[in-house]
Amino acid sequence: MSDYNNPLGPSQHQVQVLTKRFAIENSASLDVYLQNDGYKGLQKALTMTPDQVINEVKKSNLRGRGGAGFPAGLKWGFVPRKSTKPKYIVCNADESEPGTCKDRPLIEYDPHQLIEACIIAGWALGSHQGYIYVRGEYRYLITILERALNEAHLKGYLGDNILGTGFKFNLYTHTGAGAYECGEETAMLNSLEGLRGFPRIKPPFPANVGLYGAPTIVNNVETLSNIPHILLNGSDWFANLGTKKDGGTRLFCLSGEIAQPGIYELPMGFPLRKMIYEVGGGLENGKKLKAVIPGGSSCPVLTANEIDVPMDFDSLQKINSMLGSGGVIVISEDTCMVRLAQRIMQFYAHESCGWCIPCREGTAWIKKLLDRFHAGFGRQDDPDTIAEVAGNILGRSLCPLGDAAAMPTMSIVSKFRHEFEEHIKIGACPHDNSAN
Amino acid sequence: MATPVNLTINGKAVTATPGSLLIEVVKELGSEIPSFCYYPKLSPQAACRMCVVEIEKMPNLQTSCSTFVSEGMVVHTETEKITNARKSALELLLTNHPLDCPVCDKGGECELQDMVFRYGASESRFNEEKTHVDEKQFSPLVFFDAPRCILCYRCIRVCDEAMDVNALGIAFRGALSEIIPNQDNKLDCEECGMCIDICPVGALTSGPYRYKTRPWEMKYTPTICNHCGDGCKTTLGVRNNEIIRANNRDQSGINNDFLCIKGRFGWDFINEKRRLTQPLLRKDGELGTTSWNTAIEYVARQLKQIAVRHGPHAIAVIGSNHTTNEENYSLQKFTRMVLGTNNIDHHRSADFSGLVTALTRARAASRYATLDDLTQASSILLIGNDPTDQHPLVAYRIREAARLRKTRLYLINSKEIKLQRQAALTLKVKPGQEGSLVQDLFNGNISIKENTVEKKAEIVRLSESLSKENGTIILFGDEIKGGDVESLVHWGLGLPGQTKFMALADAANSRGAADMGLLPNTLPGYQPLNSVAARRKYENLWKGKIPSQEGLDLQAITNAISDGKLKALLVFGANPVRSLGLNPATLAKLEMLVAADLFRTETVEAADVVFPTASHAEKEGTVTNTGGQIQRMTEALKKPGVKTDLEIIDSLARLISQKWEIGSPTKVLQEIVENIPGYSISLPNLLLGNALPTQPSGMVPSVAHPDLIFSSHDTLFTSGTLGQYSWALNAVNEAKRTT
Repeated sequence: MSDYNNPLGPSQHQVQVLTKRFAIENSASLDVYLQNDGYKGLQKALTMTPDQVINEVKKSNLRGRGGAGFPAGLKWGFVPRKSTKPKYIVCNADESEPGTCKDRPLIEYDPHQLIEACIIAGWALGSHQGYIYVRGEYRYLITILERALNEAHLKGYLGDNILGTGFKFNLYTHTGAGAYECGEETAMLNSLEGLRGFPRIKPPFPANVGLYGAPTIVNNVETLSNIPHILLNGSDWFANLGTKKDGGTRLFCLSGEIAQPGIYELPMGFPLRKMIYEVGGGLENGKKLKAVIPGGSSCPVLTANEIDVPMDFDSLQKINSMLGSGGVIVISEDTCMVRLAQRIMQFYAHESCGWCIPCREGTAWIKKLLDRFHAGFGRQDDPDTIAEVAGNILGRSLCPLGDAAAMPTMSIVSKFRHEFEEHIKIGACPHDNSAN
Repeated sequence: MATPVNLTINGKAVTATPGSLLIEVVKELGSEIPSFCYYPKLSPQAACRMCVVEIEKMPNLQTSCSTFVSEGMVVHTETEKITNARKSALELLLTNHPLDCPVCDKGGECELQDMVFRYGASESRFNEEKTHVDEKQFSPLVFFDAPRCILCYRCIRVCDEAMDVNALGIAFRGALSEIIPNQDNKLDCEECGMCIDICPVGALTSGPYRYKTRPWEMKYTPTICNHCGDGCKTTLGVRNNEIIRANNRDQSGINNDFLCIKGRFGWDFINEKRRLTQPLLRKDGELGTTSWNTAIEYVARQLKQIAVRHGPHAIAVIGSNHTTNEENYSLQKFTRMVLGTNNIDHHRSADFSGLVTALTRARAASRYATLDDLTQASSILLIGNDPTDQHPLVAYRIREAARLRKTRLYLINSKEIKLQRQAALTLKVKPGQEGSLVQDLFNGNISIKENTVEKKAEIVRLSESLSKENGTIILFGDEIKGGDVESLVHWGLGLPGQTKFMALADAANSRGAADMGLLPNTLPGYQPLNSVAARRKYENLWKGKIPSQEGLDLQAITNAISDGKLKALLVFGANPVRSLGLNPATLAKLEMLVAADLFRTETVEAADVVFPTASHAEKEGTVTNTGGQIQRMTEALKKPGVKTDLEIIDSLARLISQKWEIGSPTKVLQEIVENIPGYSISLPNLLLGNALPTQPSGMVPSVAHPDLIFSSHDTLFTSGTLGQYSWALNAVNEAKRTT
């Protein structure tokens, strides 16, 4: 284990469930997986009825880790029991949210955990085919996944007669081509079908009309990776790991101006202040905290005064932000919030698919405005214009990309308005931007 | 009928059919609801956010174009929140819009202009630089100006869903998204121009129309396209006595907004510089210009002399399948009553006589299928023909029925045709075997030789599938004629439901030419010449004697010219040298060849006297489409120097016979309506611009020479002789490839 590189950050606060095999050399191999509880969850699931499996997931309080936090068991329950069409399991591995980098190690270091989860989902939902849609930039993960899929096939965990039960399930990989939008579940289904990654009008939801018009469940990598553990250790055990309504642990990705950036598996509801100062070792070079993005770039920012909050879906919603996808971005006093807003909007303007007018035109407008503003040519009415245009994007697009662009922007304008005023006053950015 | 849904819209209780889109229900109520991306019969896009409404108990504003009505729904369409959302959407749309309305073709009829006028803000808060992209030429007919585009995706959807061509797509992303054609920077498509027509703004513009005029400077005349036999309604925009464009944006008529390349662009032969505008008379072997009086008097004098010298049967007439019903009716009356012969025929491209006779014999004269019926059928059986090329509207309607009503299409064809994509079952036969297959279906046993077991099973499957349908429309091309039509009708009428039939013929008034009696053995309305009663009827009407001797058909006319028995031939609006392969050297044996036409065609070149005629846009009258629907054509402009065929016939007739009554188009139509069986239509209804079904009945002898019935198999880019004179039809790359 000499020069083996554990992707996890060091912290005694961690509760390792999904990451428990990460520290073992060759953790991606089937042998290591089998020596460490591998495919036991599947074996157990196959002794249960599909409904029993869905019930276990419901009772576990597992919520979607892609960002929305929708109860996973409930989503599974939406899939019609009887369908003349085949059903599909789609794993969303199109991890693209700035600040989020947890699905990548889950595939890189424990691909069998995900594969096992997909098979269990297939059993629970009566599906015989699944796809893992991998972000285009994560191409190297395809090699790892394909190797694992081969191993699983050879050992009878995948194929026409899984573990001699007669259950059939096949799993395939598919890569994206660099569009953030394809992480939205219906755009992903279009992309899988070979179409342009545009979102679909909902309803119908994928659980009823999904891939190739058939019932489909789309789950995030981290969400699915929890499934074998829930089956193996029971839903009560899993639910108790987290808060009342939010079961399990969460892979938090600490980044930004923090002393020990990294991925940490912590229980749901872990306090944010403790996460920054104890798990992450505080800000780098003893800088002073200004703001935190709690769950990836689409979440409204929190000020330094708002960090006494448990990191779970409901608690963050109460203070008008989101747990999102677990990307915790720490921002110090040295960083210009206008520049942050500009950088965030640059991303969304670039990634807007172009379908809905408010998102397409609104993000491009705000991006241009912020470019000008940050360069020192701000006008007195600009902050209001930004807030109003963002407000007109909010809730007015087919998919959440528009919201994702609007929410952080609106929060920055309202919470850090004084920084905008300062830009206008001195006709330049008061911060040192050389690091950007 | 499903139970209606009860909902409340703006405080008013409303019932609606389940499955209706909210936007359609609101529009039906007469309330205004703005939209860009919503378009009837295309899949919802829900992208422009103009049609948003508030629905109680639902978060956010909802797009009414993608929301279905549901029981108890409470909807508000005009609230402050909605007004602000619309204003915001328009403000966003204008951020990158060039606002070049003063020089934009669409100015004055632009949906974006109208919306901003009504719902928009007068001031913009946008202070940034606009994104600019240079204009592109997708084809000689289609231009694209990206900055004006609001990305409503209507063009993409109409091309994909309605046309099944899918030649347009999206490149790039976000605000840089751009409509792109399928071949690098060029279109490879059917060039129908539907994308231009459906564009709400001036992003997609028409090559021939660009920068020519402002829309309000034109005079608009509704009329009927003069190319194929489908009879699409079209509105001609005329300025300074010149046609500038054609479209059917008001969605009136049997084609709604559909037009193919011919209807939308192929009218340009009318403006062609090579149009004949002076009568020509051959002198010393050369055609030279002359006056109308000289030309008419010369022809009348010659005809009288030839009749005296060689008898009336030494004269023959070839009529047109493009000229009006009134002209055709008058032409055959002139031939029979003034010239005193039944030597009259025209290029027949479908066996209408056979269909009328079979349906009359079966007492089923109500079973003619109209173009409108195609959208209502349970299933459609198409035998032969390739409607995508030969009948673009028929093809459009079939695709629409298959897409929106799940109508099943069954095909019997010897070629690969595009409609196979919509077909539930395609039966491929060897060329020429379509008729034998019909006989087999009729006889109930499969006798076609060289058939494999699989093929036989397919035929059985087709027959069984059709016997499970409820109301099939049977369309057939020139492959089915004579006895095969009779068998097809007998077999078809035995299918469940109301089977209806349509014979597919080439040209704008092919059906009318047959209905009006441009046939050597048939009086108007398929009344047999050999029937004393039928002759008596028209003799009483026309106050004279109809020759009882059957006339010469096209083949017999050709033979008679070669044999030297025929001395004079009058050709109206036809080009037999080209379409029938008549040899100009043979024609030289005639004492006199008279041609009435728009252009110096191959036949005109061989003529002794030439009358320059008015095009369809320069006269009044009616035409009957291949589905038997009669429609009115309206004069859109005047062409100096030309006369209508009717005026020419009248002038000649008056010089030869004092008894001939000059008839205005209206007067002739009146006579047609009062006397031709199945043509008793409502004139006011016709004048309103409606397409009225005709249901002729009559029994005529089976065609003597089935070979005389043949289609010219025009493509989308050819249209007999006329097509040669259209710039648009020849300018597109696709045309160069198919010819």
